[in-house]
Amino acid sequence: MSAAPATGQVPDAAGHFGRFGGRFVPEALVAALDELDAAYRKAMGDEDFLAEFGALLRDYAGTPSLLYEARRFSAQIGARVLLKREDLNHTGAHKVRNVLGQALLTKRMGKRRVIAETGAGQHGVATATAAALFDLECVVYMGQVDTERQALNVARMRMLGATVVPVTAGSRTLKDAMNEAMRDWVANVEDTHYLIGTAAGPHPFPEMVRDFVRGIGEEARRQCLDLTGALPDAVAACVGGGSNALGIFHAFVPDTGVRLYGFEAGGEGVDTGRHAASITGGSSGVLHGTRTYVLQDADGQTIESHSISAGLDYPGVGPEHAWLHDTGRATYLPVDDADAMAAFELLCRTEGVIPAIESAHALAGARAIAPRLAEELGREPVIVVNLSGRGDKDVHTAGAYFGILDKE
Amino acid sequence: MSRIGVAFDKARADGRAVLVGCMPAGFPTVEGSIAAMKAMVEAGVDVIEVEIPYSDPVMDGPVIQKASDIALAGGVRVADTLRAVEAVAATGASVVTMTYWNPIEQYGVDAFARDMAAAGGTGLVTPDLIPDEAAEWLAASDAHGLDRTFLVSPSSTDARLRMTAEHCRGFVYATAIMGVTGARAQTSEAAPVLVSRLREVTDIPVGVGLGVGTGAQAATVAGYADAVIVGSALVRCVLDAPDQAAGLTALRKLSAELADGVRNPAR
Ligand SMILES: Cc1ncc(COP(=O)(O)O)c(C=O)c1O
Repeated sequence: MSAAPATGQVPDAAGHFGRFGGRFVPEALVAALDELDAAYRKAMGDEDFLAEFGALLRDYAGTPSLLYEARRFSAQIGARVLLKREDLNHTGAHKVRNVLGQALLTKRMGKRRVIAETGAGQHGVATATAAALFDLECVVYMGQVDTERQALNVARMRMLGATVVPVTAGSRTLKDAMNEAMRDWVANVEDTHYLIGTAAGPHPFPEMVRDFVRGIGEEARRQCLDLTGALPDAVAACVGGGSNALGIFHAFVPDTGVRLYGFEAGGEGVDTGRHAASITGGSSGVLHGTRTYVLQDADGQTIESHSISAGLDYPGVGPEHAWLHDTGRATYLPVDDADAMAAFELLCRTEGVIPAIESAHALAGARAIAPRLAEELGREPVIVVNLSGRGDKDVHTAGAYFGILDKE
Repeated sequence: MSRIGVAFDKARADGRAVLVGCMPAGFPTVEGSIAAMKAMVEAGVDVIEVEIPYSDPVMDGPVIQKASDIALAGGVRVADTLRAVEAVAATGASVVTMTYWNPIEQYGVDAFARDMAAAGGTGLVTPDLIPDEAAEWLAASDAHGLDRTFLVSPSSTDARLRMTAEHCRGFVYATAIMGVTGARAQTSEAAPVLVSRLREVTDIPVGVGLGVGTGAQAATVAGYADAVIVGSALVRCVLDAPDQAAGLTALRKLSAELADGVRNPAR
């Protein structure tokens, strides 16, 4: 059984999760991070803020999202699978929760402009959406490779009034978009909030983003108890930067009987070197303002990640996951492109639900652990899978993968 | 005691500011970068700041990003930076290394400090390491007698200016603008304000960088700072040159212009 989490305050006041986390940033950003930290702590204790956030989540984002028992999918994988339907949220992913929280804080801090990085485009779309709703100027940095593979989301952001800046530096994917957003922030920090899209980056982002998305797990825990009369045997989520996974894990962390599984993008296979599995295939280092597991060479140069899923194609991971891995409370396993796409197809055909390719990694992971869990428990396991987003944005990628697009 | 202090003492004796010039190691090649740094020294640059190329340089603008990319594509290693430090230090110039934190963490903080000291380097400038996270570096730099330059910014509070300056040895780096490296047409109005705020809380020498690129700008900054730090404008000389000889000629010309600037401060 899983080890109990280490005791003490986690993160500490400076944002350290054990040996991970913290702030590795230019001094120019420290004042803004302190301001954000103060605004966030004040907001989390402020009834008005919580009521406003709660009303937006309910009336605008459409949460609580459903917990849906996927019977036909379950029959295929040998586990009772309950899907946390974050794909049904407004804008199509869990990301909207974090964005609404940070947009509210942006207003409270009196800033008029938000910037964001995006990989799959889901976070960019969610940020552009909130910017429209809150009347904020919005600039989204996106690696040029990603603007091509997620063209639909680029159009959505522009329709919502955002400026999308294709980033041509480095590997032209999510990490480079994040570098460019940091540079913008250093220059414009006075009137600009950097709305980071995942539970990574410098303190207080990992803790704050987790708090804005932790409703996923709080809802799922309650819904699972209502539906089955018990807690699940396992909770599964895909891990890119780690926000949807922390969102669904957090409420279950004290329930030591519930196994927590994070599935990283194994790309073409961890042993090929072409993957995005930072915990499985990386080592401790500093990237984008935090100490965590990073894909890097012996000199500490970041190694480009590879995944069929743009949203998981990131060479780092949020520091709380690094800590949950070290303490043994959560288990991280890679899922390669082929297995993710097989699970993608299976969910389409058995449930009539097209998942985001990111979320398909969680489905494939659940499929992989089901036999082991069944054997261990001596019965069919109950697995809550975070269906973090819908696959509309991936129709082109998946269509090409399965060879089902008509030739032009 | 500070290793880089000799450069400041010498300039002070001449009644002028120190000129610091930056260049990424390995750009365009390791030998090419060493030749560039030596040319800068010959043309009047007092301190060479050797930047370790890094894959994710968030404090750098397009010019240094490009140069770092070229160096990394050429296969430069952290050990090559130490080789460059040693070669330039052998000319008698003071050499400091500017580096993002992860390469040092992977090399081993104490091992890097040891090898840096052995190569004759004076210390490190750390753009993404603040004193709050620097316990290991504080210990290693003390153990090997190296200087520590942390950055301060116009957005720093007085309390952070004081705290950061207290952790520096050699000089403190005042970033003249809110932004990344890159030459700018105008010199900063925020910089003199930041420097006078620093003078209220510390006696340590203050270097001003970000956006300085011409002799006239160097003269302006030399009017209120102890060191003038120039990066992108020098790197651009090499980046834009059709061949190495032309690059070195352009570098010498700009270095001499900047050296002239620090000798004729605008007061
Ligand atoms: C649907 C979906 N799931 C997951 C992710 C990965 O991010 P995280 O690990 O922060 O949840 C993304 C990122 O774009 C996404 O769009």
